[in-house]
Amino acid sequence: MSGSVVDNTVSSGNSSAAIPTDISGPILDLDEDDDLEVFSKDTTLTDGSSFNASMQTSPASMINQYKFEEEEEEVDTKDIFVTVDNPESHVTAIETYITYRVVTKTTRSEFDSSEFEVRRRYQDFLWLKGRLEEAHPTLIVHPLPEKFVMKGMVERFSEDFIETRRRALHRFLNKIAEHPIFSSTEDFKIFLTAESGELTSHKKQGPGFLSRMGETVKAVAAAVRGVKNRPQEFTDMQEYVEAFSQKISSLDKVTQRIVREQKEYLEELKECGPIYALWSQSEEELAEPLKTVAGCVDRCTKETEEQVKHLNDHLNPVLHEYVLCADTLKAVLRRRDNIQADFEAKTEALATKKADRDAMRDDLDKTEDRLEWANNALKSDWTRWQKVMRNDLRSAFIDTAESNVSYYEKCLAVWESFLHSQRTDAEENGKVDFS
Amino acid sequence: MADSGSEDIAVIGNTDLTPSESENNLKKTMAEKGTNLLKKMEISVAEAEKRTGKNAVNMQETYTVYLIETRPVDAPSEGTNPVPDSLWRRYSEFELLRNYLLVTYPFLVVPPLPEKRAEFVWHKLSADNMDPDFVERRRVGLENFLLRVASHPVLSSDKIFYSFLTEADSRLKALNATFRVKNPDKRFAEMKHYGDELQSVISQLLRVRALRSAAVVQCESLFVLDSEWSAIEKEMGDGLQSAGHHMDAYAASVDDILEEEEHYADQLKEYLFYADALRAVCRKHELTQYELEMAVQDLTSKKQQREELATGTIRTFSLKGMTSKLFGQETPEQREAKLKMLETQIEEGEELVKERNAECDEFVKSAWVDVERFKEQKDHDLREALISYAIMQISMCKKGIQVWNNAKECFSGGLTSHDLISQDDLMVHEETVKNDGQDEAAFSQRIPHKLHYTLNMPVNIKQEMKMPDSLILNKKEKKQGRDPSDCHKKKKRKQRSPAKV
Repeated sequence: MSGSVVDNTVSSGNSSAAIPTDISGPILDLDEDDDLEVFSKDTTLTDGSSFNASMQTSPASMINQYKFEEEEEEVDTKDIFVTVDNPESHVTAIETYITYRVVTKTTRSEFDSSEFEVRRRYQDFLWLKGRLEEAHPTLIVHPLPEKFVMKGMVERFSEDFIETRRRALHRFLNKIAEHPIFSSTEDFKIFLTAESGELTSHKKQGPGFLSRMGETVKAVAAAVRGVKNRPQEFTDMQEYVEAFSQKISSLDKVTQRIVREQKEYLEELKECGPIYALWSQSEEELAEPLKTVAGCVDRCTKETEEQVKHLNDHLNPVLHEYVLCADTLKAVLRRRDNIQADFEAKTEALATKKADRDAMRDDLDKTEDRLEWANNALKSDWTRWQKVMRNDLRSAFIDTAESNVSYYEKCLAVWESFLHSQRTDAEENGKVDFS
Repeated sequence: MADSGSEDIAVIGNTDLTPSESENNLKKTMAEKGTNLLKKMEISVAEAEKRTGKNAVNMQETYTVYLIETRPVDAPSEGTNPVPDSLWRRYSEFELLRNYLLVTYPFLVVPPLPEKRAEFVWHKLSADNMDPDFVERRRVGLENFLLRVASHPVLSSDKIFYSFLTEADSRLKALNATFRVKNPDKRFAEMKHYGDELQSVISQLLRVRALRSAAVVQCESLFVLDSEWSAIEKEMGDGLQSAGHHMDAYAASVDDILEEEEHYADQLKEYLFYADALRAVCRKHELTQYELEMAVQDLTSKKQQREELATGTIRTFSLKGMTSKLFGQETPEQREAKLKMLETQIEEGEELVKERNAECDEFVKSAWVDVERFKEQKDHDLREALISYAIMQISMCKKGIQVWNNAKECFSGGLTSHDLISQDDLMVHEETVKNDGQDEAAFSQRIPHKLHYTLNMPVNIKQEMKMPDSLILNKKEKKQGRDPSDCHKKKKRKQRSPAKV
């Protein structure tokens, strides 16, 4: 299949080694000209193929290829749709856990069929995220919902918790599906399509524990060493991330506070309607207007309740995820730094040591490539991430504004109907002058 | 009875005293003023408890009972604290006592009871009377009432009062039948009941803080969202900053709306107090009615005595009759004298009944005319109040729609600030003034006080916010700038006073 080019190149990078050192090799050795021809015409990012095909030999040209036209990411060019729904509880002897149904609809040729339905648990999502991060340490993976919410007495299996998590998992998968690189990874495909048995065995294929340990040790060593000559752009990035992290955190806290206050307001509002109804029972002339007011207040209460829920379900989660994103960004920058530190160390070593120069030079070159790769990957994904972030936040704010408008419009109608009823009454009875 | 020489108990406010200290002072003062009862015993309302039971209409109700403790002042020689006598009474029993005192001593100023807050038997709305603070305050009030009565030169020697304090099954309940008005005008009884209900309902409405507008919360939120974001996101910043400017103006107008809500609350309060006045009228009716009934009763018994004396049959038990039986019959001259006296008394009694009857009728007539007038006024005023409440809600909704629509446009990067803010709404001074470096405390005071939300934020968030100076100063300008317009607003409010309509 012509489509398999995508899989082969990237997946071989993924499944064969945890260390992405080798990715650059096979990709740079692309020699299927026909496929290149086809793909280079295709500039849409959604199937990811343009990314692979346009990978030329020089890192510099690679930068250009990462600049995807985000504006084309519209529904009609999307060729994969993923939903997460239908949580179910599973009880075994050892544990109880929740699985979610993951439905995929796609026209991509690398998929054997156009529809898939599987069940996945949180652990599986964690696994996928881990794999993606390992394979692309300097790309930005959208955060998963937290493992366990510490605040308050939120039960792991409370309906609210499950629903919040389900939504977040849905967003996670969609972000992966929208990502030019991630969405074409083998791991992602398997996640979406494999039966549980298959998935389990595939999971086991991953890099062994020891190699992962080795990588961690390396990372720690690099971190300790520190980076000597970080390029300015990455320092700028780091400063931005710091500022962003602060602001988004306080924004998150503030909106949570707002929701809390609105909930308190709602509780008090709920008492109002019944009081007016009660009052109307003691009155004669006033009974009817009071009853109407009671009805109005009740309706407004309901609208307020929905409004608060909407805010809680739509604005808060988005902000919260970007709080987690800030941490992801910091980690990504750290990993990039580690690679650079590794490179710098090896450069130094080459200068000082005498033995094994050839082997060391080879290693150094590979590390240099790895560094270039990482830097470019990060830079492009950074731009992409920022666009997506702005979009998401803008949408969330717009959505909040729209829902507020709708809320006020509904309440307005309620009170206007009351006025209208009073006007017609009064005019009939010739009582009140409304001028 | 002429003033027996007891001066008014003057409790001069000593501001250094704690509430319990001043209470003690009051007790001491009362005891000192030569009252009989308090010299002999200590009285206190020690505790309050919840009880449930079936009421007169056989419905389940929850009510509070209070523990009345009495202890003789002279402690036994052993020096140990004697166990106080105690009994439980509920508020309605205190009411009975007071009513009894009112009718028995109509010439005296009988001490008042603390608020009643009518208990609603057939609606289980969060019973205010169960609120612990309210119960505590009532307990203190009831104790005060008892102490006042006990320190009153005349009232303190009343036997019914004494038995109220000491005997669980006081004759009060029995007397209840006699001093309760037998035939009150039904309308007044209903009006009294209505007054109770009105007071209860309005109190509840006033308590519900929901009068605080949701608009404030929303507006505050957007203001915060904006100032946060424009600080770091230049691209989005412009759109948000415009939205923010508009929010500022909105915040100011929301203040106006909140003032209107206070006005609505004031209108309700007026009728809350009117309910009291209404009840006073009903009580006065009961009093006149009662006096009439007493006079009638008195007359009837005198007539009966005359009959007995004339016919020689004893139908009613009287001490005099007994003694005369025991110690011998009266002489015919004595009988004659008594008969004559009775005749005079009967004549006087009949005059009195006529008088009181006329008083009653007169009262009922004129009172009811005014009650009807009041009803009309109340219906009109409250209906107006509800309408203006609705108008206020509508205005708030419209503003909300406008603001959020504009915010949406701003977020979408469509409009600039000048396109959005109409001249009417714009209260923000767009020029920035040099910051004279006022500290945060002064700044906080300047924020329209309804935006207290920002003030209540945890300090760390506030610090992170670091509102741009221009926004801070805009707020200050606004606060100062509103004074001239305040006068205009105040005028508006006066025109709305129902009394002038």
